[in-house]
Amino acid sequence: MTRFRDLIAKAANPTGTVFILLALILVGVFAMNPGFFEGPSLMAFLKQAAPLVILAAGQYFVIVSGNFDLSVGALVGAQVVIAARLIDGEESRTLPVILAMIAFGVAVGLVNGLITTVLKVQSFITTLGMLLVLYGAIRLWTGGAPTGSLSEAFRQAGRFGIEDVPVLGQVPWALLIMIGLGAGAIALMRSRFGRVLMASGDNERAAALSGARVDAARTAAFVLSGLSATVAGILIGGYAGVSAQVGDGLEFTVITAVVLGGVVLGGGRGTVLAAMAGALTIEALFTLFNQMALPATLRPTVQGAILIAAVAYAARQRARPAPAPATPTATATATPS
Amino acid sequence: MTLLAPERDRAGRRPARRLSTTALIYLALVGVLALGGAAVALDGGNLFATANLVDMLTRTSLTGFLAIGMTFVILCRSLDLSVGYVAALSSLVAATTMDGQPGNIPVAIGLVLLVSGLIGAANGAFVTVLGVNPFIATLGTGLILKGYLDTQYKGPAGDVPAVFQQFGYTRIAFIPVSTVVMLVLAAAAVWFLRSTRTGHHMYAVGGDVDVARMSGIRTKGVLLAAHVLCAMFAGVAGLLLAARFGTGSAEAYTNLYELDAIAAVVLGGTLLLGGRGGVAGTVAGVAILAVLDTVFNVMQVDPFAKDVLRGAVIITAVALYARRQLDRTARRPRFTLEGRLR
Amino acid sequence: MSETPLLSMRGIGKSFLGVPVLHGVDLTIEQGEVHALVGENGAGKSTLMKILAGVHSADAGTVELNTGESGGRMVSFTHPLQAQHAGVASVFQEFNLLPELSVAENVHLGREPRRRGLIDRRAMAERTAEVLADLGVEDLAPTAKVGSLSVAHQQITEIAKAVSQGADLICMDEPTAALADAEVELLYRLVRRLKERGVSVLYVSHRLKEIFDLCDRITVLKDGRLVQCADTADITPDDLVTAMVGRRIEAVFPERLEGTAAGEVRLEVRGGGNAWVDGIDLDVRAGEIVGLAGLQGSGRTEIAEAVFGIAPFTRGTVKVDGKPIRITRPRKAIGAGIALVTEDRKAQGLALRQSVRANARMVLDANARVHSRKRLNRIPGLLSSLDLVARGEDQEVRYLSGGNQQKVVVAKWLAAEPGVIVLDEPTRGIDVGAKHKLYSVIRELAAEGLAVLLIASELIEVIGLADRIVVLHDGRIAGELPGGATEQDVMAYATGRRAEESRPA
Repeated sequence: MTRFRDLIAKAANPTGTVFILLALILVGVFAMNPGFFEGPSLMAFLKQAAPLVILAAGQYFVIVSGNFDLSVGALVGAQVVIAARLIDGEESRTLPVILAMIAFGVAVGLVNGLITTVLKVQSFITTLGMLLVLYGAIRLWTGGAPTGSLSEAFRQAGRFGIEDVPVLGQVPWALLIMIGLGAGAIALMRSRFGRVLMASGDNERAAALSGARVDAARTAAFVLSGLSATVAGILIGGYAGVSAQVGDGLEFTVITAVVLGGVVLGGGRGTVLAAMAGALTIEALFTLFNQMALPATLRPTVQGAILIAAVAYAARQRARPAPAPATPTATATATPS
Repeated sequence: MTLLAPERDRAGRRPARRLSTTALIYLALVGVLALGGAAVALDGGNLFATANLVDMLTRTSLTGFLAIGMTFVILCRSLDLSVGYVAALSSLVAATTMDGQPGNIPVAIGLVLLVSGLIGAANGAFVTVLGVNPFIATLGTGLILKGYLDTQYKGPAGDVPAVFQQFGYTRIAFIPVSTVVMLVLAAAAVWFLRSTRTGHHMYAVGGDVDVARMSGIRTKGVLLAAHVLCAMFAGVAGLLLAARFGTGSAEAYTNLYELDAIAAVVLGGTLLLGGRGGVAGTVAGVAILAVLDTVFNVMQVDPFAKDVLRGAVIITAVALYARRQLDRTARRPRFTLEGRLR
Repeated sequence: MSETPLLSMRGIGKSFLGVPVLHGVDLTIEQGEVHALVGENGAGKSTLMKILAGVHSADAGTVELNTGESGGRMVSFTHPLQAQHAGVASVFQEFNLLPELSVAENVHLGREPRRRGLIDRRAMAERTAEVLADLGVEDLAPTAKVGSLSVAHQQITEIAKAVSQGADLICMDEPTAALADAEVELLYRLVRRLKERGVSVLYVSHRLKEIFDLCDRITVLKDGRLVQCADTADITPDDLVTAMVGRRIEAVFPERLEGTAAGEVRLEVRGGGNAWVDGIDLDVRAGEIVGLAGLQGSGRTEIAEAVFGIAPFTRGTVKVDGKPIRITRPRKAIGAGIALVTEDRKAQGLALRQSVRANARMVLDANARVHSRKRLNRIPGLLSSLDLVARGEDQEVRYLSGGNQQKVVVAKWLAAEPGVIVLDEPTRGIDVGAKHKLYSVIRELAAEGLAVLLIASELIEVIGLADRIVVLHDGRIAGELPGGATEQDVMAYATGRRAEESRPA
């Protein structure tokens, strides 16, 4: 009985809600298309969803520490364009260019973090500025349209996988990378760094008075976000190829995903697993739309409605009075001294 | 809130040499004009040639409308990310309602203001009644509108009669009519913030919502009003879009107008955390961005460089304002550096 | 004085979380009277004032107000606005002002004078100037921005706001706590001016000098009960101190544990000073509990914050375990083995949305220098030895009672095995059971050889627990007393009636 009540409580909790929502949507998808859960189509779905899930994990670190990162969409776009221009079809350049992209992602995160923590510019403005800078700089550099092309090796990660696996068909690299990074993100949140990050987002002052290096942790969160955008850029570039529009508006989809996962803007609440589940939920929803033959153009409308509903629901949950303490505190018979 | 600032002047008057933020931003505007003028001159051009002035002023009007509206919500410590979509929708509502008939113009304008006002009211209700973070609420509204626009309108729609297109193209000497309208509305907004209770209370709501409530201000009503006004200004921007294009354009939102507007507002010295700033500063912020654009245009700098510069300018400006912020020390010192009693 | 008093509160009672803080208190204030409400910290003054201001509502008793034309009527405020409308204004230590607005705008906030529906700024400035002139304040411009004003001028703005609301009674909570000496004069003038205008003032303070300088009558509270209400003329400062501390309630403090002995000096401060405290000499030995006593604002918390590197000493030297060290940040203090249980546990001590476990680990997680697997493993034992009552280590701390929250804070510091522990108001706002548990924990810590620096507003705690009591007055050490000294002696130093020179041998 107690377990049942706990289960209900967990489901009503915004973090738990996302899993139920995900399950419901998947049931809907299954009802429309029973073939969805067959190996190959499920794998294809996960391959497509992987970049958003990885981005959600990166954004989670930033949000849970009390900030935003609006620059990830532009960074994903920039990374794809950088890769195409620098590799320019030469297989041998693949690895050095990937290393350069990682360095660039780290640098962008570092700049975001330092401007926010050291110069005390709100992260909204910092990353908005970074968005504009990246957007302009990349087009400036390429003269408006992306040039060059990606190598086959580069496209492996986003397109291919372990082929001819029984039942599943292809197990995409993207899925494996997603699982690896997701596990890494969960492990990181359980580490000392993750705990300090969480505490900094919840109560910056208490964390600092406990000796936490709040600014350093927050800067590191931006770096992780930059890295996640780099990986997502590699996967999206591999999967979809190069275009000038890659990454446009992606930051808002990512924030939607994270918020849908019950992570609260302002920090200190939510789990990285739920954030990633939020991303999967959005992708599943888009799949459901495809199957219902709804126009893709309606996606944003549903995305927006869900976003508002999810946050309003979470706000209602928070506004409720706290449950009574576990046991009554000592009865106050004595006069207070 | 106690013991706010190190006192500057016992009498409570600020020393004269400390300029107000608004004065500073206008000085910056003059500086940008001077530097831009010099740069263009070195390049062999003249920034102050009529064509360039027209270009500069034309650029101010559209961002101007959006930024004025945005000032209201930011003053209240809120935000509106949906204005670009509201403007696009408004252009369609205007163009389809006018449908080439000059007689429909008043109805179209009324309808645009009604629709945009209602969207603003929805934003305000999400924020005040449902308790949704304004970033999320208005992002959500924007996405909802985007989906509607993308689904409903595959291309330009409607027909704006020539009379109304005058709003987009006519000039008085070198000053475009739209800029005049923008400045008139800016003046009205300044007056509104200064002289009406609702406007004045926006500063209180953004400054400290608890103090405002304790003083008997209906804070939710004020916030709602700010959102409605913001969206209606976006509606006016939509009217201008319709006048310029001659049709309604769903694609207009792709220009990320909301980010431009926010940039102009914070550049104009309005605190993103609310409670400080004003429309006068915003107009200067809009003008600075317009001057930069024109200078780049005249010097034929790659248009994408302007985005880079814009991003850098915004971050720098906010970093500078953060420096200027009052140093809100918690307690008043009792002893001097040498340990003497104060 | 008029026949019927302006205000009469009868039998006011109030409890927080089952802990009674006021027991049937009476308070009457006459028209045009300056009435002092005195008592030690925790006596219930602030609670009574907040009931009057509509911030809290009373559990028992009646409030009759005799303002305006309505005549005597029973009131019960549930919102500060109601109190304001009824003519009761309050000036708290935390000002209710908007720093970005001008004096006139703050004074009229929410009640802006209008002409034809629009704000009449000229009238606003004129009326503000009138109120200020009426109060005898000449050097404050109505157009000045409040954020640029001194504390004294901000306070005047608050008082002007109260006057312009037509308040018949203005309550002031420790109005001089943040003022410099010259500014106190200004406040005196203001209060006398209010009195001349027939406005009553409830003056909450424990500074004897001000009370005798300003007030007509004095109401003394002690442990939430009314002790005495007397005309100022009929009472001497010594009587007043006796009344404030007079009755001693039964508080059982655990005995010193066997084998507790003062050892080496673990924390040594010589000539420590910064902007808030000066000339601090302090030794805390292993196994010793040193109490820091003093009135609100006397510099107790500031010493704790200086020792812990939050607002470091800028003068003097600090040694920990004999080694000189410059503690410039909390991290350094923690590395040197210092722990600080802060005064405000919700704002400074806990991440409320995190679990008991996450909070208890916070210090270890945040500091590589003290992190170890062994210490992490000790945490569950530590929590249970503190008798923590929680649904489990996964429960968010915001759902715990104040006492259990405090135990989590103590646990997070003990997890790091500090050598010096500073406890700033460790028992504030917690229930009696948890208090007694903390008392024994403090004793145990001393027995284990920690140096304990204990700050408490409730004198009885310092007297009952400390081996030595250092009394502060206005940021300096006023005197030192042995543990078990009388409250009168402590108060004598704390109120500045006795200076260090005349201290008993």
